[in-house]
Amino acid sequence: MIDKILEKVEELDAQIEEVEGRATEVTQDLVEVVEYSEEVMEDTFEERISLEEHDKEIIKLKSMREYFLSECQTLTPEDRVFLARHSQRPHVDDFIDGIFTDFFEQKGDHLYDEDQSIYGGIARFHGIPVTVLGHRKGHTMEDNMKYNFGMPCPEGYRKALRLMNQAEKFKRPIITFIDTPGAYPGMEAEEHGQGEAIATNLAKMSQFHVPVISVVTGEGNSGGALAIGVANRILMLENAVYSILSPEGFASILWKDANRKKEACEIMKLTAADLKEAKVCDEVIKEPLGGAQRNYDEVMRNLDAVLWKHLQELMKLSPNDVKSDRQMKYRKIG
Amino acid sequence: MGSILKTASFSFSKKREISEEVDQKDGETLFVTCKKCQRRSMKRLWKENYYVCPICGKYQSISAHYRMSLIFDPGQYKELYADMKASDPMNFPEYAQKVAKQKEATGLEEAAVAAVGRIGGHKATVIVLDSRFFMGSMSSVVGEKVTKAIEYATKKKTPLIIFSASGGARMQEGIYSLMQMAKTSAAVEEFNASGGLYISYLTHPTTGGVTASFATLGDITLAEPGALIGFAGPRVIEQTIHKKLPKGFQKSEYLEAHGFVDKIVPRNEMRQTIIQLLELHEKK
Ligand SMILES: [Zn+2]
Repeated sequence: MIDKILEKVEELDAQIEEVEGRATEVTQDLVEVVEYSEEVMEDTFEERISLEEHDKEIIKLKSMREYFLSECQTLTPEDRVFLARHSQRPHVDDFIDGIFTDFFEQKGDHLYDEDQSIYGGIARFHGIPVTVLGHRKGHTMEDNMKYNFGMPCPEGYRKALRLMNQAEKFKRPIITFIDTPGAYPGMEAEEHGQGEAIATNLAKMSQFHVPVISVVTGEGNSGGALAIGVANRILMLENAVYSILSPEGFASILWKDANRKKEACEIMKLTAADLKEAKVCDEVIKEPLGGAQRNYDEVMRNLDAVLWKHLQELMKLSPNDVKSDRQMKYRKIG
Repeated sequence: MGSILKTASFSFSKKREISEEVDQKDGETLFVTCKKCQRRSMKRLWKENYYVCPICGKYQSISAHYRMSLIFDPGQYKELYADMKASDPMNFPEYAQKVAKQKEATGLEEAAVAAVGRIGGHKATVIVLDSRFFMGSMSSVVGEKVTKAIEYATKKKTPLIIFSASGGARMQEGIYSLMQMAKTSAAVEEFNASGGLYISYLTHPTTGGVTASFATLGDITLAEPGALIGFAGPRVIEQTIHKKLPKGFQKSEYLEAHGFVDKIVPRNEMRQTIIQLLELHEKK
């Protein structure tokens, strides 16, 4: 459903851009004519008419686009899953570029390997040094292969823990971005102790005395998401989803039929609004109509404001209160 | 102690001790057929062998209460939080009916059973997951009961022993199931900080969310022979890597070889091994 709408909208985007390009050309002609002409009104008649026509066309196209976008005001859970996985959606590197400064990347678990599906380091947020990290997805197939589509192996969780332990040591708040199809179901991932790596992160994150804020930006699935998501505050972008596993996986486990994905989406209660109601998510961050991929600047502005508000609140607490605040959040669930 | 302790009935019926179907003759169980070798042995022999096949050595799943009776000194334990009931936080279609069926089939309220008692004279808090109840999957009540029992061990300063057996997440409880991983792991970490001994004993099967939380956080990790232990299930892995997995992959012995298990302990040595460990960690 949303994919068809977005196709239309993107078609219109392209048309609008094309007409605007032509209009700009006409405007340039106009400027030239004005500069060299004696009888401006007469000599520019054609261009002025043409510009008016272009303007009319743009208005028409834009109102058509508005019409289609207004359809995006009511999205089904399945639509949101589609948007959450959109290849042009902002990813962890875009967020770090967008709202942090002074980023210094840290690589490797310093035990065995560098897992590129986790990306992170030290940066400043509103001038304050923080540790920032997240699952990494790419915008292209090539990048996605490199980042294993944002599916960490144990080395990724251990790298994340290394970064977070340093944050605890140097009293830096931790900000994590969650966007993963889940843990990687590979043979080596199992042999290297996937379960142990996730469990250790959960245990250690519960003990930190520095504020931890997690932002679910795309899809947050399974223990692979939670392994960097034991936080004082969980924020979710409006079209992000967070669940026990992917709707396809859910359908295939429960009904032995991965094609019943739509049905799974409906009953899994995985949207930001559902999670807010379940008191797992603390605040939902507004996205542009039609999804975050349509306007990065707007997403960054909205996220920056909400993130800063929550961080300021948490920084008022004592280190011990920060820890017990986080433990209470999970203690109360179930 | 009084109020939270409930004395449970420990006279379990014969059919509830094991997960296998049994041969019946005149309402009395005489023979039990092995799931693996398909051969029949006398029930008396099975029992003497702690429900490990007397012929081929295959481990049968045993109930939580039967496990408790093997571990604790005779008559020396009390069930904790026995009245916690399964919940349905997502109002999931048909879930309540399924839970009711599981309750009837197993005589349990949920997949986790917790108890405190004496083992070789040493006080200990024990949690057992029963694989017969929804495959021992992690529901919010399982998470809450496990957390409460760990907190009990922390407060009362007793060692903690958890026997895991779990198919993973309780799908019908969605995100609530996932969040139990964070809650139980935090409880283990607080228990660790208090200086207590945690023995994690992995039984068939230990997978998914339980593997990725309390089951792999023990000071000592033991495993029953031949148990399937992992995070992702073998079928999912094979579908992902498009390859057949090697023989014995994710079995106890494989995990021991890859450095995740201290010792594989047969069922008939389970109690003695635990007593040895409790004594080695006894505080003066
Ligand atoms: Zn046999």
